[in-house]
Amino acid sequence: MFDLDTLRVIWWALLGILLIAFAVTDGYDFGTAALLRVLGRDADERHVLLETVEPTWEGNQVWFVLGGGASFAAWPMLYAVSFSGMYLAIALVLLAFILRPVGFNFRGKIEHTRWQDLWDWVLVASGVTVPLLTGVAFGNLFLGVPFRFDDDLRMSWHGSFFELLHPFALLAGLVSLSMLLTHGAAWVALKADQSIAARAARIARWTCLAWAVLYVGAGIWLAYGIPGYAIASEVVPGGPSNPLFKQVATGSSWFASYMRHPWFWAAPVAAFAGALVLQWQVAKQRVSGFLGSSLMVIGTILSAGFALFPFLLPSSIDPRSSLTVWDASSSRSTLLLMLGATAVFLPLIVLYTSWVFKVMRGRVTLEHVRGTHRSY
Amino acid sequence: MIIDSDVVTLSRLQFALTALYHFLFVPLTLGLIWILAIMESVYVMTGREVWKRMTQFWGVLFGINFAMGVATGITMEFQFGMNWAYYAHYVGDVFGTPLAIEGLMAFFLEGTLIGVFFMGWTRISPVKHLLVTWFLALATSLSALWILVANAWMQNPIGSAFNPETMRMEVTSFAEVFFNPVAQAKFVHTVSAGYVLGSMFVLSISAWYLLRGRNVDFAKRSMTVAASFGLAAALSVVVLGDESGYAVSENQKMKMAAIEAMWETEPAPASFTVFGIPDVQNRTTHYALQVPWVMGLIGTRSIDKPIPGINNLVEDTKGKIDNGIRAYDAMLVLREDRNNAQAKEILAAHDKDLGYALLLKHFVEDPRKATPEDIQKAADSTIPNVPVLFWSFRIMVACGFYFIALFGYSFWLASRRRLDRNRWYLRVALCSLPLPWLAAELGWIVAEYGRQPWAIEGILPTSLGVSSVSAGQVWTSLAGFVLFYTALAVVDAVLMLKFARKGPDGLGLWPVVKRDPSLRPALED
Repeated sequence: MFDLDTLRVIWWALLGILLIAFAVTDGYDFGTAALLRVLGRDADERHVLLETVEPTWEGNQVWFVLGGGASFAAWPMLYAVSFSGMYLAIALVLLAFILRPVGFNFRGKIEHTRWQDLWDWVLVASGVTVPLLTGVAFGNLFLGVPFRFDDDLRMSWHGSFFELLHPFALLAGLVSLSMLLTHGAAWVALKADQSIAARAARIARWTCLAWAVLYVGAGIWLAYGIPGYAIASEVVPGGPSNPLFKQVATGSSWFASYMRHPWFWAAPVAAFAGALVLQWQVAKQRVSGFLGSSLMVIGTILSAGFALFPFLLPSSIDPRSSLTVWDASSSRSTLLLMLGATAVFLPLIVLYTSWVFKVMRGRVTLEHVRGTHRSY
Repeated sequence: MIIDSDVVTLSRLQFALTALYHFLFVPLTLGLIWILAIMESVYVMTGREVWKRMTQFWGVLFGINFAMGVATGITMEFQFGMNWAYYAHYVGDVFGTPLAIEGLMAFFLEGTLIGVFFMGWTRISPVKHLLVTWFLALATSLSALWILVANAWMQNPIGSAFNPETMRMEVTSFAEVFFNPVAQAKFVHTVSAGYVLGSMFVLSISAWYLLRGRNVDFAKRSMTVAASFGLAAALSVVVLGDESGYAVSENQKMKMAAIEAMWETEPAPASFTVFGIPDVQNRTTHYALQVPWVMGLIGTRSIDKPIPGINNLVEDTKGKIDNGIRAYDAMLVLREDRNNAQAKEILAAHDKDLGYALLLKHFVEDPRKATPEDIQKAADSTIPNVPVLFWSFRIMVACGFYFIALFGYSFWLASRRRLDRNRWYLRVALCSLPLPWLAAELGWIVAEYGRQPWAIEGILPTSLGVSSVSAGQVWTSLAGFVLFYTALAVVDAVLMLKFARKGPDGLGLWPVVKRDPSLRPALED
């Protein structure tokens, strides 16, 4: 019942689910960190902001680590080509991921303004870098990236870091950044002292508006300015994982898959619905506003993934080297075993993560942080 | 495709530096969390506040270290893709799975519960909090298990086969990969080393408090836990040494022979060279001081199995290279003609030696055109750096025996309640603090540097595993790592010292009582 082609689609979906889980959970940590010096006007307010994310950011980040591990295991070529090709961009993302854990932990360990300011800005920088560069990377997927395989399936890359900063990719980066700033602000509106929450809600409504404009702009650009890719040879969904066995044509539209599967339109519709819920609910500082921004995040990521399907990583200089769902996966045994492991452990993860969120529920007030010594 | 040898050197250097750096923090996390779990268990069972305070105080130091471990661990995951892209493609089907399962089964639990450990003391009941600590401890050791399953496959790549259509290794049996005997030996050895390190950490810092006459009862209790746990761990790390896994495969045999600087096969049971000066040029060991039988017992757990010497292993390698060339040739035929039955048959017969043909690529563009000299050079290249392995191993083992002695003596003192009577002992305990780190890093060098020239033993030479990045890019990232890792090391050390100095009394976890350290201690409680 689990043929290779079925497993490939399942693992494409699981990769998307991991990415979405990362964006929905750790996304608010990044958004909150990015807004730390905007929303937190004094030391106590920043203390409140950090304490809203401190108990859970580390677990949230594991979605990313797991996404990396899962792509290594299930889509090894995707992992190899993207991480080595976009070397310096990935190195910057890595730096943000290195400085974040120590930033959260070390900041409060010394009671000194300059020390805490330093780590504040480190956290702000990592909160901006990761959403921005992740978006830029996604934008580049639509443009195609300059790599090709030789007969040993050794990949060579023919571009530089600055070539990744194509205007469309930058636009995609801004879509991602505005989306996660909104999500972070919605989180703060839900979790922080009401004086800060009110300001966060106002910011969320503005960044959400910015997201809507940028997202629509990116969609129009994608429809009219960027050629899509399509498999030109016979599609063999259960064939061997060797990209060179196929032919690829460019020039079609990235919206072609939306025409083939009209239900894909549900993704952008969900994103806008989420944005509307956020606009309407976020000032009430209840969970509904946060659910709105979550839906916005889910819809945005799905809409990009759907447009690319079945492509994972198109190649601009040698289209047949492009990685697709049908020729870049692991073997059937690996996909099947990993699916089994996921089926057992993912529900457990959801279970204990929910428990932790329940234990740590409630608003972090200014009164609370003034009255307690930092425990982290 | 020409591979830039600078990229290979720089990528190896970067991987070694970042792995050794990461491994400064991992063993402390592995060991200290169990000590926290023991302390908190005593608190929950007896209800005595002091044990909660102990858990909280050592927990602060644990937290600083844990953050560093997480931060530097992400680097490792990124690096396989960034710097070792061909490796990632070539073995991701097998090697990626244990890493992903580590995330699913262990790291997720760790990452999720760590916040509750620090911020949940007042939010959940003591029993629930204890459960959180126990799950954290379990998760860290499980994490080590899966990482070592992946690593063991690099040392002893079973349960997999080459697929010419996808140009990579694919799994044939996950049971073999997961139950790799090398993985089991490595797991016990590595986590035990972590437990020793965690125990030494608590023992040394507590000894410092006793020398200063601070936190006396707090420190003695901590030392008692550390001495008991440390003694068990030190016995385990030496007796169940990683060497038990060395007999199972060819490269592991080469590693063992190199560790012993054993050039010729000795009749069983082989003797152990306690001291000697390995001479790589003349392939001999000068001034060798040997203890009969011991090596045979360590290496084969028997008295009748011989341990092959380096020269014999090199001769065996030449035969493998010949087979590898046949497999390589068949692979190229299959690339032109996917269904060539004869080529498929040849490849199936020799695919386990395919990697030996790849080894030739360092010396000749096309392995099929290798001369006997090329083959000799490739065979010789399978000898790792003998003097480095020889000495690293001996220093590590000496440390191991020293740990048994120190923890044994500590345990005896603790059971007689005399931990604070002997200032010389306390000074020695304090000064021993760096030794478990030294031993752990040397252990990594023996295991991983000793695996060279292979990334995956017999399958993929390290030099072929690199990405198609430029030397300039790797220089940039390497410079960044040196810069940021140095800064973080300084910050980490400053914070560790600051909180260790502050101590439980300075943090308000323990009453400030300055006792004259030269006086006889007060009665035990």
